[in-house]
Amino acid sequence: MPETAEHIVKSYDNELKRLSALITSMGGMVESQVAMACAAVLDRDSEAAHRAVEADAKVDGLEREVEQFVIRLLALRQPMAQDLRLIFASLKMTGDLERIGDYAANVAKRSLVLAQFSVPYTLSGLAHMSRLVQENLKLIIDAIGEKDSEKALQVWRSDAAIDEIYDALFRELITYMMEDPRNITPCTHLLFIAKNLERIGDHATNIAELVYYAERGEPLSDIRPKSDSSYSAVARPKRDE
Amino acid sequence: MSATTSEGEMAGPKRDPQVADMLSRRRQRSNWIVKALCILATTIGLAFLALILVTLFWLGFGGLQWTVFTEATKPPGSHGGLINAIVGSLIQTAIGTAVGTPIGIMVGVYLAEYSLGTRLGNAVRFVSDVLLSAPSILIGLFIYQVLVNPFDGFSGIAGGLALAVIVIPIVVRTTEDMLRLIPVALREAAVALGAPKWKSIVLVCLRAALDGIATGVLLAVARIAGETAPLLFTSLGNLNWSLSLAQPMSSLPVTIYQYAGSAFEDWVQLAWVGALLITLGVLALNIVARVLLRPRA
Amino acid sequence: MSSTTNDSAARPNIGAVEARSTAALTEARISVRNLDFYYAANKALKSIDVDFPDRQVTGMIGPSGCGKSTLLRVLNRMYDLYPGQRATGEVLLDGTNIIAPGIDLNQLRSRIGMVFQKPTPFPMSIYENIAFGVNLHERLSKSQMDERVEWSLTRAALWEEVKDRLTTSAMGLSGGQQQRLCIARTIAVRPEVILFDEPTSALDPISTLKIEELIDELKRDFTIVIVTHNMQQAARCADQVAFFYLGELVEVGTATQMFTSPRERRTQEYITGRFG
Repeated sequence: MPETAEHIVKSYDNELKRLSALITSMGGMVESQVAMACAAVLDRDSEAAHRAVEADAKVDGLEREVEQFVIRLLALRQPMAQDLRLIFASLKMTGDLERIGDYAANVAKRSLVLAQFSVPYTLSGLAHMSRLVQENLKLIIDAIGEKDSEKALQVWRSDAAIDEIYDALFRELITYMMEDPRNITPCTHLLFIAKNLERIGDHATNIAELVYYAERGEPLSDIRPKSDSSYSAVARPKRDE
Repeated sequence: MSATTSEGEMAGPKRDPQVADMLSRRRQRSNWIVKALCILATTIGLAFLALILVTLFWLGFGGLQWTVFTEATKPPGSHGGLINAIVGSLIQTAIGTAVGTPIGIMVGVYLAEYSLGTRLGNAVRFVSDVLLSAPSILIGLFIYQVLVNPFDGFSGIAGGLALAVIVIPIVVRTTEDMLRLIPVALREAAVALGAPKWKSIVLVCLRAALDGIATGVLLAVARIAGETAPLLFTSLGNLNWSLSLAQPMSSLPVTIYQYAGSAFEDWVQLAWVGALLITLGVLALNIVARVLLRPRA
Repeated sequence: MSSTTNDSAARPNIGAVEARSTAALTEARISVRNLDFYYAANKALKSIDVDFPDRQVTGMIGPSGCGKSTLLRVLNRMYDLYPGQRATGEVLLDGTNIIAPGIDLNQLRSRIGMVFQKPTPFPMSIYENIAFGVNLHERLSKSQMDERVEWSLTRAALWEEVKDRLTTSAMGLSGGQQQRLCIARTIAVRPEVILFDEPTSALDPISTLKIEELIDELKRDFTIVIVTHNMQQAARCADQVAFFYLGELVEVGTATQMFTSPRERRTQEYITGRFG
């Protein structure tokens, strides 16, 4: 995106910069929260789990701050065009980020339960999924900060891969549960963890759409790269919403 | 850097409070001097004016009798009045106004609405302005040459027309000025409704300028009511009662001119009464004009 | 404007709102083609091409001196009043080029009315103000004229306020009322197009909103073009927005598109307050 000129009213520019800073710092916070939650599951790091859960309150606080700031901007500045899109997108992003934080906290909590079980099989699928999700998350948070619609597009496209892994993981976990009923408890938790990660990926995609819209002024096509077909596989999983 | 510490620091060059004080004192001094001079000048001017009015009222009211309005001018010592001069003045002023006003308004409309940037317009405006400040005796001479000499006789109509020539430039000037004060938007609003130009001028612009033009006409009337010089060469004056426009006609200013310099005490007295009447009339016209011009609340 | 949302009477209203925000622009009522305009030697409009959609509102925005008012004054040939101003190109109203010579200007102006920046009531009664324009183009009986006056004042949302003092001077009305009288006077002639030249710049915010509501109401029957310095006003009133800069038409589009996603950088900078 080419450098845009500054506003005639400088304080408006400062306020928009502050809004961007708020979103970026919220993004950073959520990013590390997700990292901790993944570490808690994969490395059985209960310390990280606790920190991920605790971080949630801070994220919620930031969300409220952004909301109030946006209301103020809308009332006092009556933004137009790219400013309007940026402010609107920020408001929606803060909601997505907050949801991501919730999912991370949920993953962290489940990791504590999961730690009480010995899991007789490798978590490499989940590890792979968490890596992809974290990569996407990092990329999209960079895209927010840099207002980079290309990066946003990249995130938007790569969500399909996450959905595919989730699909595979879903089948795999069902298989384990069918093999041995004792696996049902840990596998159900793992299933929810995978689902949460998949949802985090979806919210990252939402954010990608917002970044793209804020920058380009046109919405990304409504057809999302949705290849999660687990709803039609074997059984109907209960939706974690 | 700053001598004062209590006020908030403002960026930019500082000023020296001592210099500021000095300059302020000097300003106040010169202000006081100028004010005193102005008051002095005003007092002198007003004093003369008051002197004139007091003399006029004192001497004028002294001779004011009922017969002034019932009797015509008569030979000295026979208790004459001014009725022929009063009526003569009214008639000639009326002719002057009736002839001069329409011509003046039309020329004014031409200048304000149609002459925009044309040479003819500028020439007309220039001539009108010259006429406005021309000595009135010249106008009297002009009518004398055009109307009195060829037709071999002084007449009331000639007097009225001489006054009309004085009225025209005054009305031209006020009409043009008043029309120029009408906002462009009002003109455009009329035109935007599909009005042809003449309709927008007559029905909207002149109507909006009416107060101002009426004021100008009243001031013109006040001006010609007191004119003497142009009448000397045109209507001459008439010591007898006459309403004929073809005959010489009496008028207040000319009568004053003739009586004031005479050796007869009662004539001089009548001249003062005439002067008082003109003054009161002109004063009344000015007050009416002023009330008309006052912006409506 | 209904406060109850589940009121069934409010439904069509919602539909109308959707129509404004999403519907495409209607067919052009006036088409400007390759229009150049000169103040003496100074070119004030440079090859303008724009359509004014039928019975919709077109807002023209841009910094002072950008040519938006000039274009407005071309549409009713107001510039003809001033020697030295001329336009070349085409302005088509129902297929006729109205800037061609030989057009009956008085008739043209009865089809394309105009409302000015400052209220311009004529120095006569409220009734006469309206009758003035009507009498220029029609011969009406007294009762027909009474009807027309009431109709136009009602359409201008002024009737209730002035019906008891029609014969009093129009100069005694408030600024907002005067402006609505000027609108009534314009619609009384029953034009097809109404041009508004910054109609609310001299009015307080409440009077401004009343005029805006009126414009919204009038567009059912009239094609409206409005020049405004107030961006929010253009956003509130217009279906189509045109942005002018230095005598050029930079961008034209639906109000939604122009205020959320303008294509041109200059438009974007202007409407977000980054100009200069």
